Amino acid sequence: MQLFPMTAKGIESRRRGQVLVGPIDLTLDGTGACVVVGPNGAGKTTLLRLLHGTARLSAGQINWACPTDEARHHQGFVFQRPVMLRRTVLQNLIYPLRLRGVPLAQARDRARDWAARVGLADMLDRAAPVLSGGEQQKLALARALISEPKVLFLDEPCAALDGRATREIEEILTHAKSTGTRLILSTHDMGQARRLADQVLFLLGGRIHESGPAETFFNRPETPQARAFLRGDIVE
Amino acid sequence: MVDLWSGLAQAFWLVVTLDAELVEIALRSLRVTLSALAVACVIALPLAAFVAVKRFRARRFVIAILNALMGLPPVVVGLVVYVFLSRSGPLGVMGLLFTPTAMIIAQTIIIVPLIASIAHQSIRDLWQEYHDLLISMNVTQGQKIRTLLWDCRRALLTAALAGFGRAIGEVGAIMIVGGNIDHATRVLTTAIALETGKGEFALALALGFVLIGLAVAVNLAIHWLGRTEREGGW
Repeated sequence: MQLFPMTAKGIESRRRGQVLVGPIDLTLDGTGACVVVGPNGAGKTTLLRLLHGTARLSAGQINWACPTDEARHHQGFVFQRPVMLRRTVLQNLIYPLRLRGVPLAQARDRARDWAARVGLADMLDRAAPVLSGGEQQKLALARALISEPKVLFLDEPCAALDGRATREIEEILTHAKSTGTRLILSTHDMGQARRLADQVLFLLGGRIHESGPAETFFNRPETPQARAFLRGDIVE
Repeated sequence: MVDLWSGLAQAFWLVVTLDAELVEIALRSLRVTLSALAVACVIALPLAAFVAVKRFRARRFVIAILNALMGLPPVVVGLVVYVFLSRSGPLGVMGLLFTPTAMIIAQTIIIVPLIASIAHQSIRDLWQEYHDLLISMNVTQGQKIRTLLWDCRRALLTAALAGFGRAIGEVGAIMIVGGNIDHATRVLTTAIALETGKGEFALALALGFVLIGLAVAVNLAIHWLGRTEREGGW
């Protein structure tokens, strides 16, 4: 099953006549981490949701290399504020597997394995909603990765986390990337963008203002806005 | 005051001596109300979840109706059920009038809107919380409803208990469709009404205390079984 290349043609999201995002043309191939950066309100979250298929396209179309229904089955999404099922950690991890019809015993084994990978092995029977913010985000990440998605969207996954939790999450992401999961991640943290990105999309006012390989973007940005943004100036 | 004390005393003796008639009546009360509760939950909970997650044209209307029907007058429900089940009514051939089944039907009708309304409130709140995640996980409508019902179970327990409370204390409808027939359809509430009418206040009070005790006991038992207020924040 091949998801990539994915092409988005003229996608747009409008609400009450106002254009939030777009029009955007974008082609993504199947490897590495694509980091979406840009100021608040540039449309990072909306772009991720459009690509994932949870926000409605007002115009344009998105084509995966396979039928869209199939493609949606191989995607994961991690939210800025993790949504915890009101269940134990173990049951949260089992949930996506059970949706896919994995037998319970097998799902349990995989859940234990993933809990260990993200450092939650000794919290399996704790209620997920009472975990700390960092633990919740790690759990959300493990829950998204456990079904082995081909592409994982992350919407500012470390926005409310401290350095240690951020580092742990980045380690998990780097490992996921090395095993072939495509990452599409938005962030405000330029350090994180530099550490993870293979490719950068710089969003401004709902459009892709500049894009390219990470190295080029960070070292030789082409547009004055991108240069200003990277310097830490306020770009509007 | 004399009536109150002698009522208490009589209630005490009725309970400790396990008075045969009292036990029979109390068990029938429980049987009728718990059956009605079970049937009502099977109807109301999926209905509440469905209304919470499904967008359809008449949705607001259905919710408004459910809320309005929470205050359904039992006596009117009794009357309507009576008309349907009476010999000349559309369901008359089934011969259900003046049987416990008729009482179960009436109580079910009374508590379905109550349970559905309360359940809908909490399921809707949980759906707002889960919405993005479940949509992102690409769940089917059935999986969605099952997830919400399961993770909402404690709030649903409260809804069920509210329904139980309304049904166990209800007299208007079951008096009409049951007929308060000794050894057939007499339950605690109808017995109380009868004894009060006869001027047997002490006995009526005694039955009343037993009724309250029964309601409290069932609530405690369900809370204990459901382990509410123990683990976690829900």
